[in-house]
Amino acid sequence: MNILSAKNMKFVKDPLMDNNPISVQVLGICSALAVTVQMKTAVVMSLAVIFVISFSNLTISLIRNKIPSQIRIIVELAVIASLVILVDQILKAYLFDISKQLSVFVGLIITNCIVLGRAEAFALQQKPFASWLDGIGNGLGYSMFLLVVAFGRELLGSGTLFGYHIIPESFYAAGYQNMGLMVLAPGAFILLGLFIWLQRTITGTVDE
Amino acid sequence: MSMEQFFNRLEEGVSKSPLKWFSPLVEATHSFLLTPGRATRRGPFVRDNIDLKRYMFVVVVALLPVIAMSIYNIGRQAGITEFWPAIWEGLLVMVPVIIVSYAVGGFWESLFAKIRGHEINEGLLVTGILFPLTLPPTIPLWQVAIGISFGVVIGKEVFGGTGMNLLNPALTARAFLFFTYPGDMSGDRVWAAVDGFSTATPLATVAASDGNAVEALRAGSMDYSWLNMFNGNIPGSMGETSTLAILIGAAILLITGIGSWRIMLATLLGGFGMANVIYFLAGPSATGMMSLPPVYHLVMGGFMFGTVFMTTDPVSASGTNTGKWIYGILIGVMVILIRTFNPAYPEGMMLAILFGNVFSPLIDHFVVQANIKRRLRHV
Repeated sequence: MNILSAKNMKFVKDPLMDNNPISVQVLGICSALAVTVQMKTAVVMSLAVIFVISFSNLTISLIRNKIPSQIRIIVELAVIASLVILVDQILKAYLFDISKQLSVFVGLIITNCIVLGRAEAFALQQKPFASWLDGIGNGLGYSMFLLVVAFGRELLGSGTLFGYHIIPESFYAAGYQNMGLMVLAPGAFILLGLFIWLQRTITGTVDE
Repeated sequence: MSMEQFFNRLEEGVSKSPLKWFSPLVEATHSFLLTPGRATRRGPFVRDNIDLKRYMFVVVVALLPVIAMSIYNIGRQAGITEFWPAIWEGLLVMVPVIIVSYAVGGFWESLFAKIRGHEINEGLLVTGILFPLTLPPTIPLWQVAIGISFGVVIGKEVFGGTGMNLLNPALTARAFLFFTYPGDMSGDRVWAAVDGFSTATPLATVAASDGNAVEALRAGSMDYSWLNMFNGNIPGSMGETSTLAILIGAAILLITGIGSWRIMLATLLGGFGMANVIYFLAGPSATGMMSLPPVYHLVMGGFMFGTVFMTTDPVSASGTNTGKWIYGILIGVMVILIRTFNPAYPEGMMLAILFGNVFSPLIDHFVVQANIKRRLRHV
């Protein structure tokens, strides 16, 4: 089996643009608002979500024929919750500062609609490898927006990227100011809306 | 060659030449200077060919007294006591802000008109002047440009342009600046166009005081008597200071029927009523905002300016007559509540109107539903 076959690549590419979980399906918005004040937290959150989606998809796909359909949601949540706890513990052990900044939002990956949505809609019907790729793709689609929004918010709101000052002091001396709104949650909404607008202009997606 | 012929020829020429990109601009200038010749020749006749252009233009005319007063007041607050030098100082502050507001707003408006293939709308005529009037005189010009860009693009064009917007674009622009650059929009050092001079607006004075409100107003270096605040000899956002000038504008709007008297009256009643309730419930021993007599609320801050020019925006207000009453009262009550009980914002007019704007479609919906229910009983 060719790992990079066109069919497999489609699983990864599709959620990036045409079926993006954030901009097209508008899922997982709350965490996208909460963790995008800084690039650092957004990157860690992205990695955590990619890990959780891909492996929850993989696990659920592996046991899909054994799950009784009446209790499938409970089983899926048990799998997702275990993975999220794993991520949370690793962050606490190795990246304690960032883990404190992310606070409850790592734990809340359990309730991120994208994760459960992909498990329900994809992993229950598809083979393990395809499911894993689908998880990677959706995680990347989510991350893409997270990083773009965090980039805009940290640059405009604090004048920094990854904590390093980007806007030169001479700009501030000339009267430039950080945009306070970008640090607040509405700033994320506005940027998210603008990017959704841009993306839909490019792909031509229109809601029915 | 008359002007009409000139424009007809120009339009024809431009639409055929490589310059046809600019044809909406020519059309806008044409119909701006000359009334469009759209009159019915045969019956049935429309009673009055009022179009968006005339509608918006009356609002601008009604704003003229306010603009004149604010130009004079900017100079006066900057410490210039003679009349003409004060006017000159005011012009130096006000004219650049208005030019930036119109130029940048006009750029976005034309860009969207071009991309979407429609003519340039006149909504900007009012937005472009209302927005500067809500700003403090020391506002940096680049912030004016960013603010009006946000107001026109996010406040209006993303919803589909003039007539489709949910929120008042001028207030959306102000709210954006208010939360983005709070240091330049509020506080004590932004109200007079003099460097290093700090003064508190009447509302801020009352909000900061822990004694009786009227005494606090009298105690400061400025004379904040009721009459002074009514006339507009106080620091504040450019257009909001003179209640007298705003009332002249209100008269123009009401006589021409452009502004809704229902909304104005309802906002006034809502605000005055709520202020009375709080004043009398709080009793004589109250302090700060609670002890402010209701009549003072009406002449302080942006209450009158918002009531007359912002709440009556026909697009973002409620459309039904019952809805207009509910909408106005809601805004009036909210203003006083925010002023009195929210320690972060001494002025609540902007937030209250935006709040009312968000609710106006819902209010209309229930008014229409109630009407349908009432009439169904007779079927």
